[in-house]
Order: sequence, then C-alpha cells, then structure tokens
Amino acid sequence: MIFVTVGFQLPFDRLVEAVDVWAGQHQRDDIYAQTGDSRYRVRHIDASPWLDPPQFRARLEGADAIVAHAGMGTILSALELGKPLLVMPRLARLAETRSDHQIATAREFAARGWLLAAEDETQLPEKLQELAGFTPSARIGGRASEELLGCLRSFTDRVASGRS
Amino acid sequence: MARHSRLRVLAVSSGGGHWVQLCRCLAAFEGCEVTCVTVRRAYASDVTFPLHVVRDATRWSPFGVGLLGLQMLWILLRERPGIVFTTGAAPGLVALVLGRLVGARTIWLDSVANAEEVSMSGRLARRWADLWLTQWPALAGPDGPEYAGAVF
Repeated sequence: MIFVTVGFQLPFDRLVEAVDVWAGQHQRDDIYAQTGDSRYRVRHIDASPWLDPPQFRARLEGADAIVAHAGMGTILSALELGKPLLVMPRLARLAETRSDHQIATAREFAARGWLLAAEDETQLPEKLQELAGFTPSARIGGRASEELLGCLRSFTDRVASGRS
Repeated sequence: MARHSRLRVLAVSSGGGHWVQLCRCLAAFEGCEVTCVTVRRAYASDVTFPLHVVRDATRWSPFGVGLLGLQMLWILLRERPGIVFTTGAAPGLVALVLGRLVGARTIWLDSVANAEEVSMSGRLARRWADLWLTQWPALAGPDGPEYAGAVF
C-alpha cells in the first residue's frame, strides 16, 4: 500500500493528479491519498480530503511507502517509522505555498539518502518506480536530539533558578 | 523527577510540521507544568498536557492575527508561564511577543524546514527571543541564531 498525503493546510493537486495518472498506467489499486481541499477528481486511487491524527498515523504505519509534499510533519513521521518516502516540493509561483522552502528541504534530506525527491510531476513517475526498492539511510528516534533537549533543559534550569 | 514543579511552560505552535517538531521537544520540560497552544483540537490526542486551541492565522491576514493576539493574551494572562517555547509560525510569533511583554522568558526554535534562511517569522521573532535557535549549523553565526541540534 502506498499512502499519499498533502498535509492539512493547502491542497496539492499537481501531486495527486500525477500519482493518479501513474496508478492508472500501472494498474495499481493499492494507493490511498489524503488530498485536502482538492479540485481534482481521482479516478484510479482511493482518496479522502482529511484524516484525523489517529487515522493519519494508522495510514502511515500501514503503508509500504509514502508519497508526499516536502512538509516536515510527514518527513519526520516517515523517518521515525523507517518508511520509504518520496517527496515533491510545493512551489510558490504556482501558489501551492507561500515560499519555496520545500525545495531546499527536499534537496537537503534527499542528499542524506533519507528520502527520494522528485523535482516536479514530470520526474515523479521514475521516482515512483524507484521507491519500491528504496530504503532510507537512517531512522530517527521519537524525540529531539540530546543536544537540543540539553540546550532547552539548561535554559529552563536557568529560568527556574532566576538566573536568566 | 519534579525538576521545577512550579515553573510553567507554554508550548506554542501552528499545525502540521510545526506541531510535530514541538512535540518532539517537550521531553526537555519534564517536571515543569506544560500547557500546549495550537490550532487543531484533534492534536490533543498527541500529548498528555492541557491544550488550548487558537485561530490558525497567518501573517497575511490582519483580522486573523488580531483575533489570535486576543486569544493568546487571554491564555498568557491565565497561565502566567515562566517560559514561552515555540516552533512557529504565526501563533508562535504572537505568543513570543506577548509572552515577553507579560514577563516570560522566550525560546524560538526555527523550523527544520528552513534550511536556506531563517523563516520570516523567525527573523521577526529575533528581538523578542531570549534563546533564538536554528536547526541548521550553516545558518548559525554571531549575528544569526544559535545552533544547538535539531528535532531529530
């Protein structure tokens, strides 16, 4: 099962349509998409606009692979579960987001071998083929790094003892 | 265990990745009285702490930010936190500014999604943040935020 998600803020029909078309071409009937406030009518995959957090979690856990926008919520959740993930960045010029930060996110995490990134919908089909054989190079734990937690703890300790 | 049983921490974020990153940091405040503020009631199932819901405003909606400010001020005056901690975006910035004005110490952790430059909210947060953090070493510097690890 491939789980597709666009996050809960804005729709991302460019991604949903590309996966839907690919599913039709490859006769895939094992794809489920969370599409947000979408205008595109899916033809080959199952879809729902919204999932509540437990349903979302269950879809992630049940998936063999995940396809998503390059949003940090999905990226961190997929890395924590050790799931193969393919992301496609939202673009500001297409009003899919307000800044192009997802391009850098996709590039930085793909460079580490933690996920696959497709630049756009034309590159998505070949990356979808790759996804079946992809294993992320790292798996992350359930919380922030000890370095960050330590920094936050020492700040908290200073405030508590009135020294900050 | 009861490290600072009376120190109150208000942990604030908008939805999606900001919320996921916030949750990954809450272990740092073990022993404090933590209260969360976010934009979706459904997130209550992710944490064991009390949770307030505020309007999901962006900087592009003056009315929304105004309403969000009133909601946040009400929460701050009721909770009286010693620390306001946020991972962004707009609700976090509002909480940071108002929190500072009511005497809290403030922490801005810029989202790991901002790999090339500190977010706009993060730059605005700078003068209101006692601790101003990025998650990318390349963005840290004497005139920039501090780097002290990431949420993974």
